[in-house]
Amino acid sequence: MAMNGKGEELDASKLKVLEYDGIVVGGGGSGLMASLQLAQSGFKTAVVSKVFPTRSHTVSAQGGITCAIQSADPDDDWRWHMYDTVKGSDFIGDQDSIEYMCQEGPKAVFELEHMGLPFSRTEEGKIYQRAFGGQSKDYGKGGQAERTCAAADRTGHALLHTLYQANLKAGTNFLSEWFAVDLVKNGDNQVVGVIAFEIETGEPYFLKSKATVLATGGAGRIYQTTSNAMINTGDGTGMVLRAGFPVQDMEMWQFHPTGIYGHGTLVTEGCRGEGGYLVNKDGERFMERYAPNYKDLASRDVVARSMMLEILEGRGCGPNADHVYLKLDHLGPEIVHKRLPGITELSKTFAHVDPVEHPIPVVPTCHYAMGGIPTNVHGQVLTQATDGTDNVVHGLYAAGEAACVSVHGGNRLGGNSLLDLIVFGRSAGLHIENSLKDGITLSKATNDDIDQALVNLNRVNISSTGEDVASIKSELQKNMQLNFGVFRTGDLMEKGLVELENIREKTQNIHLTDKSSRFNTARVEALELLNLMEVAQATAVSANERKESRGAHARDDFQDRDDENWLKHSIYFADTKEVTKRDVNFRPKIVQAFQPIVRSY
Amino acid sequence: MDAIASKSISSINLSIYRYDPDSGKKPFMQDLLIDIPEGQDIMVLDLLNIAKEQDPSISFRRSCGEGVCGSDGMNINGKNGLGCITPLSEALRGNKIVLRPLPGLPVIKDLIVDMKQFVDQYKKIKPYLINDEEKPEKEIKQSVEEREKLDGLYECIMCGCCSTACPSFWWNPDKFLGPAALLQAHRFISDSRDTATEERLDQLEDAFSVFKCHGIMNCVSVCPKGLNPTKAINEIKKKLVKRAL
Ligand SMILES: Cc1cc2nc3c(=O)[nH]c(=O)nc-3n(C[C@H](O)[C@H](O)[C@H](O)COP(=O)(O)OP(=O)(O)OC[C@H]3O[C@@H](n4cnc5c(N)ncnc54)[C@H](O)[C@@H]3O)c2cc1C
Ligand code: SF4
Ligand code: SF4
Ligand code: FES
Repeated sequence: MAMNGKGEELDASKLKVLEYDGIVVGGGGSGLMASLQLAQSGFKTAVVSKVFPTRSHTVSAQGGITCAIQSADPDDDWRWHMYDTVKGSDFIGDQDSIEYMCQEGPKAVFELEHMGLPFSRTEEGKIYQRAFGGQSKDYGKGGQAERTCAAADRTGHALLHTLYQANLKAGTNFLSEWFAVDLVKNGDNQVVGVIAFEIETGEPYFLKSKATVLATGGAGRIYQTTSNAMINTGDGTGMVLRAGFPVQDMEMWQFHPTGIYGHGTLVTEGCRGEGGYLVNKDGERFMERYAPNYKDLASRDVVARSMMLEILEGRGCGPNADHVYLKLDHLGPEIVHKRLPGITELSKTFAHVDPVEHPIPVVPTCHYAMGGIPTNVHGQVLTQATDGTDNVVHGLYAAGEAACVSVHGGNRLGGNSLLDLIVFGRSAGLHIENSLKDGITLSKATNDDIDQALVNLNRVNISSTGEDVASIKSELQKNMQLNFGVFRTGDLMEKGLVELENIREKTQNIHLTDKSSRFNTARVEALELLNLMEVAQATAVSANERKESRGAHARDDFQDRDDENWLKHSIYFADTKEVTKRDVNFRPKIVQAFQPIVRSY
Repeated sequence: MDAIASKSISSINLSIYRYDPDSGKKPFMQDLLIDIPEGQDIMVLDLLNIAKEQDPSISFRRSCGEGVCGSDGMNINGKNGLGCITPLSEALRGNKIVLRPLPGLPVIKDLIVDMKQFVDQYKKIKPYLINDEEKPEKEIKQSVEEREKLDGLYECIMCGCCSTACPSFWWNPDKFLGPAALLQAHRFISDSRDTATEERLDQLEDAFSVFKCHGIMNCVSVCPKGLNPTKAINEIKKKLVKRAL
């Protein structure tokens, strides 16, 4: 029974049921890596994706995947990569996870190459690596490293298409253009599947599984200006919060220094890796002042704040002095065309300049969620007991940008997300594979349990009057942009929080005017708004609660890092709207833990 | 930008194809007058987003907004392209714009077409690297020159603009693979790491798969990524002919 114009209420008896060994919600890099692992081991695997998989946002990743594969430098060492990542995270990245990622990374990158990923090459025929921000040799003592493996400036496209192709080969089932709505929990607080509908027909299903992976990607659309795709609405985060599980470090949003002015579209840090740099209205290369050693390749949070200071102090470019310039014109057409062909296209389309001849106008743009659904290194989702201990949520996994295994802590280094996707996408797949082999027993969901997961969808479907989705969304985005942006302060955040409560009230009362069944994008957007709301509120509450400045979280009223009180993860539950703390992992298995030091570039 | 600014157009006549098979109504063209921000050259997709605020039932696919995901292939004033990177200044005739779904594929709703035939043809060419040799511990080596052969091939975003502009594909969407799939076939044939070149060519040898291309080059003129399927198809034909000699 498709959802129809009469706005009828759904219950468990009206759903079709499909059953799989493993369900992966998300067809981006992390989801496809998890599904590949499972499908290759012969388990019946389905990928649920609200867009055709190659339309997922991973396709937009430009610069590359950071990994110590020892191509540019035969002496490169994964431990140096680990050091950079811990320092980049401003010391709240979990060191067991970071160690696992940096050490396992090379294997995963070579595996992608064997699958056919068309990496750019060096003269010796090895994978090409470029310099990215925050990369060093010899634990910060040996100068800039070149560690980001690249396929021109289209690495995400190359990676996503390669993984999709490998999944076709492995026989993964694709539920393409299906929208996952909410998790189904049994009486033991275990996850036994997800409610979803086929967008083309509007037919609702209970997708039943012993293991559900949330690989739903980012949520940059909570802000007005973002590099994120329109589909990046934090659906997995919304689902987890509504199911009563927590999210972690949601105040930590990365603003990427180089968004194209007026549009938000990204130009990769690889531009600066190839020798580009930022200038203010006087033509001054201002990063030399803020980060004398690493200059334009300091960590992203540092560069974004420096740019904002230049603008705030009146040294911005253009008639409104509200952006700065990224200079590439000194590199010559050869480098620009060969290494940065995609950037050339984007710059011509959205900034109307050819970077070979003119600098590109740029401003910081919301780019990446360091926070997300807390997991261990196996991708198992964690919740926090009242006494503060971690408990695994059985049946539920998360990977990729939606997750927070916490390799990025307070600030992600460029190229580390793609690595995170493939390393932890795979480790989730592996853990599920092994658990299925050992035998998983979860108790069944009752009809009441299933009905519970239909509450939200029903609310939207039967709405007959109420608020307009598009206008609430833009209100929400404005509020986040204004009150929870690059620089934050208590007064503004308090104001923003009050505003968010008003907006939440409106979202409780949204009106879906178009109730048709077939490819109803209005229904999808209404449900997405509910997820944006959860993400925004988690962000706002956590940001207000973290009374220090660390990584991407910069407060005017608490300008210093406070290791005594806040060398911690923040944990947020939606039902209480309260924040608790969780210990950061300082117990890597092989190397000695890196202790917090002052972070300078 | 300047084309619009100088004419200072502030409202656009949008004519858009509407069809919902469930509604029992026949397809029709809906006309809307859309106000756009003064003096700015917005993209066709931005225009659609504004239209959707007026009428939320208008349906189209979109995601990245920057021409890399391939969601929003559509027919814009008679020419296939991506809504998100086609500026109004380029697309407008006077202040009028007509939007239709990509031609030749079944319409699911409004601007949304059923891409199944298109994807099925892609799947037929075995769009993945085949290499049965023992894998090295590190990467399979590939020289800069060998890698360059993949440029202009691997960048396809599967938007469907080319195949749905190709008369041969309209007539034989099940037998003629179409420019997009053939471009990918050539991507794998050209990859120095792929060991299945002969099998791939075997599969393409019949009278339809490749040979139904008559070099009309519609595909080339619409590809939003500036790729050249015709050239790739000719390369494949050459290889097949050479093999037959
Ligand atoms: C412009 C840009 C450039 C970047 N460049 C780099 C780079 O060079 N290097 C790097 O390391 N990182 C980069 N990043 C970051 C990186 O690309 C992303 O963090 C990463 O790709 C996210 O992958 P993912 O698998 O987690 O999610 P995504 O690729 O976003 O996929 C999410 C998937 O979930 C599905 N989904 C979501 N909600 C639902 C639902 N309700 N129902 C069904 N399906 C759903 C979607 O359909 C999609 O398939 C960049 C990001 C941007 C925006
Ligand atoms: S050149 Fe061949 S593939 Fe391209 S449009 Fe013409 S017939 Fe179709
Ligand atoms: S070849 Fe060009 S037009 Fe055809 S599907 Fe690929 S990107 Fe689109
Ligand atoms: S929206 Fe992605 S290509 Fe246009």
